[in-house]
Amino acid sequence: MPATPPTVVVSADAGSLPGKRVTLGADVPMRLDSGAELGPFEVAYQTYGTLNADKSNAIYICHALTGDHFVADRHPITGKPGWWEMLVGPGRPVDTDRYFVICSNVIGGCLGSSGPKDIDPATGQPYGLNFPILTIGDMVRAQKLLVEHLGIDKLFCVIGGSMGGMQTLQWAVAYPESVFAAIPIATAARHSAQNIAFHEVGRQAIMADPDWRNGQYLVEGTRPERGLAVARMAAHITYLSEPALHRKFGRNLQDRKAVTYGFDADFQVESYLRYQGAAFVERFDANSYLYITRAMDYFDLAADAGGSLANAFRPGGKTTPVRFCLVSFSSDWLFPTSESRAIVHALNSVAGNVSFVEINTDKGHDAFLLDEPEFHQVIHGFLEGCAEHRGLTVRRRAR
Amino acid sequence: MDIRDDLKLIAEMVEPNSRVLDVGCGDGALLDYLAHTRNVDARGIELSMDGVRQCVAHGLSVIQGDAETDLKDYPADAFDYVILGQTLQAMRDPRGILDLMCRIGRRAIVSVPNFGYWRIRLQLLTTGRMPVTEKLGYQWWETPNIHFCTLRDFVVLCGDMNIHIEQTRILNSAGAVTSRSHSGLANLLGEQGVFLLRRA
Repeated sequence: MPATPPTVVVSADAGSLPGKRVTLGADVPMRLDSGAELGPFEVAYQTYGTLNADKSNAIYICHALTGDHFVADRHPITGKPGWWEMLVGPGRPVDTDRYFVICSNVIGGCLGSSGPKDIDPATGQPYGLNFPILTIGDMVRAQKLLVEHLGIDKLFCVIGGSMGGMQTLQWAVAYPESVFAAIPIATAARHSAQNIAFHEVGRQAIMADPDWRNGQYLVEGTRPERGLAVARMAAHITYLSEPALHRKFGRNLQDRKAVTYGFDADFQVESYLRYQGAAFVERFDANSYLYITRAMDYFDLAADAGGSLANAFRPGGKTTPVRFCLVSFSSDWLFPTSESRAIVHALNSVAGNVSFVEINTDKGHDAFLLDEPEFHQVIHGFLEGCAEHRGLTVRRRAR
Repeated sequence: MDIRDDLKLIAEMVEPNSRVLDVGCGDGALLDYLAHTRNVDARGIELSMDGVRQCVAHGLSVIQGDAETDLKDYPADAFDYVILGQTLQAMRDPRGILDLMCRIGRRAIVSVPNFGYWRIRLQLLTTGRMPVTEKLGYQWWETPNIHFCTLRDFVVLCGDMNIHIEQTRILNSAGAVTSRSHSGLANLLGEQGVFLLRRA
């Protein structure tokens, strides 16, 4: 929908967006971790490839904080290629010629699934802060309802990076019998204090914007663009690495030969961040940003399993049947390798089936979205191995 | 499928359909062989990231990790077999590793180079310098092998640790099995030994 003026889309009718949509929780509302109930609610999703006859080739992709369900097709607002087109598509590591790929917009989001910008049927006004607080568990619960709606009992694999990795872990822990394999990427079993702190900076930036209007900006006809942009700028730094920033910008000046002794964007890195902030507000809703960051902050798999991460992987006293492949990136300081390793150690302690690879890169947390051939080889190989065990392909060699 | 002679001997000690952990699995050759010839649930742990990437990219369940710090995470009897091929001599704490292997595995399979092999003894005797052989081709100052033992040393350690040696294979320099016993001339004529162990 390139013709749609970008600044309108976040409050536009989601029905005008491409992709599929389903109403869930209509008969029985979905119970949320907070105790509140949600339903009926909408889930926007995309699928790629074809579901096979015994419905055993479905892969669920979970998107990150500001991602969406347009994994492998052009983004309806920005016009950019799908955010994981390098990984997902015909002949790609997640091969849509072989697998049926599902990706949905998280609930609480702003690209078609129910979120705070939607109309609250109780008031006829946008929810704003009346939207219930969500958790990663709630997001995955909604995804499970979608998978059931599609008639699939067991997913072949769940894949996600960052917040998508949290959802992937949640899938494996909450529904171990419905997941054959899981690939949590650049993620953690709980959100660290440092990461909660960064999120709080972002939220405070939004809430400090006078146009936020206590979350009622849609009713009052304003947009907290400056606050949301600052939140994005701060977050964006955490997605990169010092070497990557230095390689890209150094101390280079932006369109000038000398510093101006003022507060203009003298440095290229400033100009870049301002651009990132400005571009982000075109496609994202400020309240959604509050809700989704909060869901990540609340994520703590070990706490949910009585304080022991190992217990999370031992449902009913038995080792989880899910085959895991964890991937981290050496320069990621937002979700460092040690977070993945903690999950690996917990899985080892229950003798779970786990692979773990750290990819060497200087691109920071964002590396999971970028062209990292070794990372893509690992995903491909792990899926091939799992497909063999799942009986989706003939074994490479006779036994 | 073709793999190193000592790896083939190790594979022959593994019952089909069992669960195996290969410690220091390298590029995964043994795991791949076991998975495809004996249908085992094959897992690996490997220090080098290159090795791990190769393994996982070939569909093997392998984690990047250091055996000396990570083996302790596993529960007792987590595996039917824990395998350590040609690596014991490179460990900081070989005795601790053996102990862990026999705890987390119902059985352990270990292959060790024999520092008591006659060619090694002869080199030391005639040149007075640290032996460098085809299979142990490092100078003393660069070798990762910091805890060499003879086959007899290894057998004595197992005895001290109350580890029962269930099977023995002694290999000559051509990789052929010359003996199924670690007594007699094995410590002189064998270039390496492969042992199937369990805690007594």
